[in-house]
Amino acid sequence: MTLPPIPPPTSAGAAASSPAPALTIDALGKKCPIPIIMLAERIREVSVGELVEVLADDPAAKTDLPAWCMIKSQESVSVTELPVGWSFLVRRAY
Amino acid sequence: MVYLDAASAEPLHPAGRQAMLAALDDGWADPARLHNEGRKARLLLDQARDAVAALLGCRADELSFTGSGTQAAHLAVLGTVMARQSATRGPGRIVVSAVEHSSVLNAAAWVQRAGAAVTVTGVDATGRADLGELAAATARDRTVLACLQAANHEVGTLQPAQDAAQLCQRAGVPLLVDAAAVAGRLPVPAGWSLLAASAHKWGGPAGVGVLAVRKGTRWRQPLPAADSQAGRSPGFPNVPAIVGAAAALQAFQAERAGDDKLRALCDQIRTGVLATVPDAVVHGDPAAALPHIVTFSCLYVDGEALVTELDKAGFSVSSGSSCASPTQRPSHILEAMGVLTHGNVRVSLPRGTQQKEVDGFLGVLADAVTRLRDNLGAHGNDPRPEDPYVEVTA
Repeated sequence: MTLPPIPPPTSAGAAASSPAPALTIDALGKKCPIPIIMLAERIREVSVGELVEVLADDPAAKTDLPAWCMIKSQESVSVTELPVGWSFLVRRAY
Repeated sequence: MVYLDAASAEPLHPAGRQAMLAALDDGWADPARLHNEGRKARLLLDQARDAVAALLGCRADELSFTGSGTQAAHLAVLGTVMARQSATRGPGRIVVSAVEHSSVLNAAAWVQRAGAAVTVTGVDATGRADLGELAAATARDRTVLACLQAANHEVGTLQPAQDAAQLCQRAGVPLLVDAAAVAGRLPVPAGWSLLAASAHKWGGPAGVGVLAVRKGTRWRQPLPAADSQAGRSPGFPNVPAIVGAAAALQAFQAERAGDDKLRALCDQIRTGVLATVPDAVVHGDPAAALPHIVTFSCLYVDGEALVTELDKAGFSVSSGSSCASPTQRPSHILEAMGVLTHGNVRVSLPRGTQQKEVDGFLGVLADAVTRLRDNLGAHGNDPRPEDPYVEVTA
């Protein structure tokens, strides 16, 4: 049985139509909360308005990346399923 | 040690313990037998059933004791599907909310493997079930059962189970209300067709569940037939534990006056967590919640490590996180709510929790979180929108 998906990201942009991310963080194989810590540490490496892509395959990341964006008032742009894990696009909002 | 995990198991109530010990001497025989010892056990069992039925708001002949709350939920789901399946059109559809106890979800998955359709209805960010989705799902053809808990056992949010019952009644769909989290604490929502509960949540012994099937609800034994207890729970009942469960429920429910104190302590934890732990979020809806449960998540912390750290500091809590385990998923409840699953802690207060115990917990929590964040090299204090120019220093 599949549980309902996480609420869709706030903006309409899908990964395919978004501009290329300014930074890609590879958190594949990392357990929670490491992917979130990596994002929080490095989001300031891009300019405000630019995109960060996070690659992660820990099941908790699917909920926690968008939840982090909500808590931190960053913008969760899209969540795209990959063959293994997900690609999360986050726009630095401030 | 300070035990703050009443939602996993409420400590055995003294009244339940006393009644159970007495029943070990008087109620050991087979209650199905007609001899003196059997009649004594039968009498104790019948009295316990009468008492629990009265307290939960049903008739004694509607109520059976099971081996656990999980078994009660399984029997409720399987027995309803069994009774309502069609030889030509199959088992039909069942509807469950996304935040049901795993026993209900597992039973749903089980009937799905047997050909039933399963619709999972969503919740909002506080964990409250979406009645619109439930209404749409129950209106579909061949929906044979809907399931909604009375309150969520992990975040404490009360569910609109009574409204759901009215809605289901209009749609002609029986509703299973899993009342495990509210039984003995709050009135059981009216209008259910099937009810499940568990004694160790109200201070009774483990190993006693309750299944009630409202008169007129179609239900068929899904297990090899049994002749005890109206045929619902096969096997020799544990009469002493059932007697203890009934006595504990009576005493626990009579002490509801203590709820206001627990509620105030929970509010103190909500406020204290937000005030002392940077980057913590409290889940659920404090205005419509069980009196004894608070759940929160701390950013950048492994929830299971936090439970271990708090245990070392003398406080027993539980977590819906799954950071350390390679096989487990995070709590399906937090996932369905779309809230932070890591760094999660559930605090649930048993009866008689003291102010100084809550003060003590809040006193060690922030340090425990800081220690774990330091271990991970993580900052719990990175800038927020209010202070955008503060730079993070490692």
